[in-house]
Amino acid sequence: MAKVTLPIEVARSHCHGERGHDVSGSDIREIVKKLELQFPGLRERLNQGLAVAIDGEIFQDWLLQEVETDSEVYFLPAIEGG
Amino acid sequence: MGNEKDHLEAIEGKEKFRYIGTSPIRPDGVDKVTGRANFGADFTANGMIHGRVVRSPHAHAKIKSINIEKALKMKGVKAIVTGQDFPKIDPSDKVVGEVVVSFYDMSQNVIARDKVFYDGHAVAAVAATSIKIAEEAAALIEIEYEVLPAVMTVIDAMKKNAPVLHKGMKTEGMDPVPKRSSNVASRAELKLGNATEAFKDADVIVERDYTAQTVHQGYIEPHACVAEVSADGMATIWSSSQGQFMVRAFVAKLCAMNASKIKVIPSEIGGGFGGKTKVYLEPLALLLSRQSGRPVKMVMTREEVLRATGPTSGGHARAKIGAKKDGTLVAAELEMEYEAGAFAGSPVKLGCMTGFAPYNLKHVSCIGWDVVVNRPQAAAYRAPGAPVAAFAVESAMDELADTLGIDPLELRIKNAAVEGTQAPYGVKFPKIGCLETLRQAKATEHYNMPLGPNQGRGVASGFWFNIGGQSSASVMVNPDGTVIVATGSPDIGGSRASMALMAAEVLGIDYDNIKPLVADTESVPFSDLTGGSRVTFATGKAVVEAAEDAVNDMKRRAAKVWDVDIDQVEWKDGIATCIETDIHKPMTIAEIAAMAGKTGGAISGKANINAKGAGAAFATHICDVEVDPETGYVQVLRYTAVQDVGTAIHPAYVEGQMQGGAVQGIGWALNEEYVYSKDGQLQNTGFLDYRVPVASDMPMIDTVIVEVPNPGHPYGVRGVGEVPIVPPLGAVANAVSHAIGIRMADLPMSPPKILATIDAAD
Amino acid sequence: MAKHHVEAIINGDPAEFLCGTEQTLLDCLRDELSLTGSKEGCSSGDCGACSVMLDGRLVCACLVLGVEVNGKKVETIEGVAKGDDLHPLQKHFLQEAALQCGICTPGFIIAAKALLKENPHPTETEIRYWLAGNLCRCTGYDKIIAAVQKAAAEMRGES
Repeated sequence: MAKVTLPIEVARSHCHGERGHDVSGSDIREIVKKLELQFPGLRERLNQGLAVAIDGEIFQDWLLQEVETDSEVYFLPAIEGG
Repeated sequence: MGNEKDHLEAIEGKEKFRYIGTSPIRPDGVDKVTGRANFGADFTANGMIHGRVVRSPHAHAKIKSINIEKALKMKGVKAIVTGQDFPKIDPSDKVVGEVVVSFYDMSQNVIARDKVFYDGHAVAAVAATSIKIAEEAAALIEIEYEVLPAVMTVIDAMKKNAPVLHKGMKTEGMDPVPKRSSNVASRAELKLGNATEAFKDADVIVERDYTAQTVHQGYIEPHACVAEVSADGMATIWSSSQGQFMVRAFVAKLCAMNASKIKVIPSEIGGGFGGKTKVYLEPLALLLSRQSGRPVKMVMTREEVLRATGPTSGGHARAKIGAKKDGTLVAAELEMEYEAGAFAGSPVKLGCMTGFAPYNLKHVSCIGWDVVVNRPQAAAYRAPGAPVAAFAVESAMDELADTLGIDPLELRIKNAAVEGTQAPYGVKFPKIGCLETLRQAKATEHYNMPLGPNQGRGVASGFWFNIGGQSSASVMVNPDGTVIVATGSPDIGGSRASMALMAAEVLGIDYDNIKPLVADTESVPFSDLTGGSRVTFATGKAVVEAAEDAVNDMKRRAAKVWDVDIDQVEWKDGIATCIETDIHKPMTIAEIAAMAGKTGGAISGKANINAKGAGAAFATHICDVEVDPETGYVQVLRYTAVQDVGTAIHPAYVEGQMQGGAVQGIGWALNEEYVYSKDGQLQNTGFLDYRVPVASDMPMIDTVIVEVPNPGHPYGVRGVGEVPIVPPLGAVANAVSHAIGIRMADLPMSPPKILATIDAAD
Repeated sequence: MAKHHVEAIINGDPAEFLCGTEQTLLDCLRDELSLTGSKEGCSSGDCGACSVMLDGRLVCACLVLGVEVNGKKVETIEGVAKGDDLHPLQKHFLQEAALQCGICTPGFIIAAKALLKENPHPTETEIRYWLAGNLCRCTGYDKIIAAVQKAAAEMRGES
């Protein structure tokens, strides 16, 4: 089960405030699909301006990134540079 | 492409690098010192006409009518466009991906529709056979405005009955969603643990409010482009920007054109720092060209650059830090309000994520408010969002150090983030160099020099993520064995040289035999823009992979010639050797290239990647100042920038980034700000009064390059361009505070402000 | 609206062009003579990117009118190198990495050349004050100062 942490505002607006979720899946797309079943509308929100960190590495394009069985997955604001 | 362990081993044996770590002359250098290099305004096209923009003189107003009849009649005028000529874009239209970009907002920012939101907001554009005629025609365009009250600061914008810029703006991130519209676009929150509770364990708490002003990136080259649309609907744009593919995508969207019909040729770019990661003139020039049937050149004046292009957000921050008597941090809080300018999208979230990143904190709370005001829409500026947050945090750390009687670097060393520390945004840091920069700063001669009267020393640390992103590279071997390396990343700091160095390292041939180029959108596959400190890292990775691809191709050719298996072929120093037998004479790259046709055709390698594994960067700066108590003038006596760069591919250019970023930060701390009239008109629209640092203001900026290689890059590279601007605001503020014995929490620390602070304390 | 006919010596060669009354020397160099090496950063004489020599005097070309140079000598960045031979300032700017984006470089080279003509042995402070009229946003000035010092030493026959 990957340990998934959502941003506070997203948790508040879509998951009754619950930030942490244990979800199984081989990549982020699968994980998001499973969360969407629990919290309809979450997938669209997650697609808006968020990056994903998997075991410490940050990905801006994260849809198909693979996840290990016990990975730590953090959704965070997307990073732009200057 | 090898595993992490191989990379680290290669990096640890850095003496084995032949080319990486040298500082050769850049390939575009001679053109730039002789004036031959072509920047945005240096291009001309046959039959070219000139465009000028009509801009709102009001900070906030409804557009009641625009009458272009008189202007159109003028001899020499070939086209006029207003907001009506641009396709309507749905408010929900955003680009999904790296950053949320609202095309609806972008389109309105490029040219106003029914409202103007800042002094300088584009309302119409005219193209004519000369600039003079275009300007005269512009003056004949009659625009009727209904002036509305303007809000110029976040404080005013957040007041209960403030005039609302955008009907329907209801703060995102609030629960419950607000009923009324306001100027607060969003609220973001980051949290680790429970800071409120953890503060109860603190022996000492410092808490203070800080303010920073709007500043501009200050690139010396104003925005410029030439756009040409031919009768068959194919467009060519020559433009100075940080990303030719970004220009293509945004112009396509804003002008409702197919991106494949737009060719964007990147000119040399005269500075960007994030401010040229969007489009302002290109869509206007394109539509004017379409209407007139002629190429249209548009160049901004300095006044237009300051009035109408994205500055970075000014704003407020409240920082609170709690610690034990021995200096161990127990809890921290940061709450910030940033100016988004006319449309939502300040980098306040990034400020929240980066402010406390240099520290090991289990209990952190960061809240960020994105607030619209009647100023130009904010654009990225080197580590967007981070400098102001760091100003607050690093000032608070300094105040804490003073209160506890602990050396400010020691306090930071004690609490430094290390590998495995959880960053405020939740992610655990991989291998990082934060502690190393602090230790090296402490060991500098600078830090241990004595100070005189009216002098003060300040230190500060800073962090930036650095990004990876999409990059493409093409390595082409010429028949004589020289090589062309083509990428899609505009070169804003000398990256072409680094591309050539990395290719030289892989190919094993001389740097001078490699020609790196920045290609247009039709000559190289897609690349994300230049920014985020990503080019040496991500485009470098693509170049390394493409060069390795070319090497494999050449090994295959040699194997074919020798009639052996490819695993019998070794490549070193530009030569293919057959390992097993001595029968086969080694072949040089030139010899293999000369036989390319006989062995299958031209030789090239390619790589199109989405680079992962970008390495975070930390820096620690030391600043000494002397304050004249009579005039409030601050002289920067000495400045040292210490930064973890991973591996310095081209050390002289790495130093250049550190020095340039530091000086921008010093200007931000001491002098730069936007001065608006009561009615929201920008008063300092030129370099005389928008005062950036000049040569006589600065001392030499000493640099210390720390190398903690990034395991995610074949040569250990970490991005270097942005983190240098993060520590200076805090370092300079801390220095001035020590020099005058009073905490300065309000930037810029210009002489009148310092005098007022000194006088108030007396 | 008749244009003015201007004759001048530009980088040692006779040149002529037509210009409007309101066109600056910078406009004329760039638009009429295709000498785009001098850059426009501010058009108010504050950034120095358009530095040229007018009858041996360092000026901002954006503050001089095209018509004013009739019968005069103008030197621009295009005249600094002699064919393939770079001037020591150009060489040292490259060697010291004194440019990043390069937009301010022509202006700095012209201004530094004027300095070294007047004062072949300037101190760091003298260099900084002479060049205070040339803005650079990329380098922080450090390597520019170093390049001028090294070029000055070479020109004095020292290195």
